[in-house]
Amino acid sequence: MVPLSYYLVLSGILFACGVTGFLIKRNIITIFMSIELMLNGVNLSFVAFAAQWHALSGQVFVFFVMVVAAAEATVGLAIIIAVYRTRETLNVDRVNLLKL
Amino acid sequence: MSLSVFILVSVIKIVIALGVLLTAVAYTVWLERKVVGHIQNRWGPTRVGPFGLLQPLADGVKFIFKEDLLPPHVYKPLYIAAPMIALIFALTSISLIPVGNWITVFGIHTPLEIVDVNIGLLIVLGITSLGVYGVALAGWSSNSKYSLLGGLRASAQMVSYEISLGLSLVGVLIMAGSFSLRDIVDAQSGTFWGFIPRWNIFQGQFVAFFIYLMAAYAETNRIPFDLPEAETELVAGYHTEYSAMKFAMFFMAEYANMITVACLATLLFLGGWHGPHRFGPPIVQAILPVFWFAAKIFAFLFLYIWVRGTLPRFRYDQLMAFGWKFLLPLAIANLVITALIVALRS
Amino acid sequence: MLHLFVFSMFGLVCVAGAVNLLVQRHPINSALSLVVVMGSLAVEYLLLGAEFVAAVQVIVYAGAIMVLFVFVIMLLNAGVEDRSRGSRVAMLFGIPGMLIGSVLVAWVLLERSGTGNVAVGALPGPPKVIGWLLFHDFLLPFEVTSVLVLIAILGAVVLASHPASAREASSQPDKREG
Repeated sequence: MVPLSYYLVLSGILFACGVTGFLIKRNIITIFMSIELMLNGVNLSFVAFAAQWHALSGQVFVFFVMVVAAAEATVGLAIIIAVYRTRETLNVDRVNLLKL
Repeated sequence: MSLSVFILVSVIKIVIALGVLLTAVAYTVWLERKVVGHIQNRWGPTRVGPFGLLQPLADGVKFIFKEDLLPPHVYKPLYIAAPMIALIFALTSISLIPVGNWITVFGIHTPLEIVDVNIGLLIVLGITSLGVYGVALAGWSSNSKYSLLGGLRASAQMVSYEISLGLSLVGVLIMAGSFSLRDIVDAQSGTFWGFIPRWNIFQGQFVAFFIYLMAAYAETNRIPFDLPEAETELVAGYHTEYSAMKFAMFFMAEYANMITVACLATLLFLGGWHGPHRFGPPIVQAILPVFWFAAKIFAFLFLYIWVRGTLPRFRYDQLMAFGWKFLLPLAIANLVITALIVALRS
Repeated sequence: MLHLFVFSMFGLVCVAGAVNLLVQRHPINSALSLVVVMGSLAVEYLLLGAEFVAAVQVIVYAGAIMVLFVFVIMLLNAGVEDRSRGSRVAMLFGIPGMLIGSVLVAWVLLERSGTGNVAVGALPGPPKVIGWLLFHDFLLPFEVTSVLVLIAILGAVVLASHPASAREASSQPDKREG
């Protein structure tokens, strides 16, 4: 029997790592992966609460989060490819001017 | 059954399954060389042992003694890890494949599979999806243009045909009503009119079987879909820079994937371990389903090898167009029609 | 007891993978550690009884979305990232801030929340029930997400296509071979 708060702490740690990666990393693909890590942490807490309250809609919501994450990753990576083609760099510090 | 007994039984089953699988992989290579040889009007291996039966042993010894090169320009961690990843995921899916009924050995009642989960089919599909990593990472870490192109092409092909593979199986799922592989096989027991077995392929999933067959050829990178690894095309694709034991691991992974796909086809479309009437003493009755299962897998592998010896290969754009523009709509249409028929019948 | 052991083992693997994602400098290593995180999260879902969600996590997230990430990293071949002044400042303030924040949240969750224990496999999660929910109570969100995925596909195809070929195709509309 594992207390629910353990699952929530794990989810919080994953979310915190995601936020840290989002703030400290300079490669745009790694920033995207930190966003995916945050979404995974949130998924875990959805499923943990669904197990606590025996409500299956928590699991269904996880599907929607996954679908939205997939759509966002697709479009985001396409944007990254377009940015790389024009700017020749993946470092966000160098993509800070509107003009090339 | 207590936990320690369960673990002991599982370990024994894992050892037996791995032993059987690795021997089957080695002798599938032998079978392929013999059959393709006869199709091409030559003998195949005949010198090492009777009918060349010790050829896989000789090949294994050769691979062990060959020099295992580590080229200086590769990205070492992933270069060494990629064949291991490919082989691990190829060998893991055997743990979910049931080969027979429940048997009772020394008073322990156990199913003839390593673990019996009620979402077995989904886990096998998940393991197949994870197998893409071995190919993609091998192509990239080799740091050479042929490998990168071959790796990207192979992984794009595998990812595209995974969708048609999964969708073709959903028709079977609708008819069986469960994800568990054992339940799907049990839904195919019995016969129509006394002699036609109630296999899914005769129960209307004929189109789904052919979609599955073609998607399986593409998933395992076999002719007619083996452009990414054919020697005349991209040198050798993603395993250009690999030698000796690491190359042998890719080779084994490919044949283990073939066997996994053949097992799935047998379970889902050809009735699994069901055969004509049970006869003989109980010990024979426990082992006979395993023989039917093995016979059906052998037939499926023979079909694989026969197609390899007969057909030319597709060009890459033809291959991708076939997967997305023909196979996927056909799989969706099959799914819709099956769902309609099942809903109208009940 | 076994439940706690398996939970902590895979929880440690999750956290190790997440920290490895932050520490590694080459994006391909970060991508592979994220795959490890997703795999161990799938085991955590299995412990909670959500077997279908675990399988979908492996098939969709680890087997498709992360493959897309790995493809893009391989195609763009960007290499090791370099430290800049901005990133040093962010590391100096961000990492201690995050640590303090997460320790606070963890303390509040462990001490003050009134939630109880969760047994192994607590959720009734056979796929049949989830399918029922998806197609009855949540039908509208389901259809809306399918439209969303279609829009994402269209957007990705347009954004990632070569601008040169698009210009060529529009400026020479009727070039028949002679």
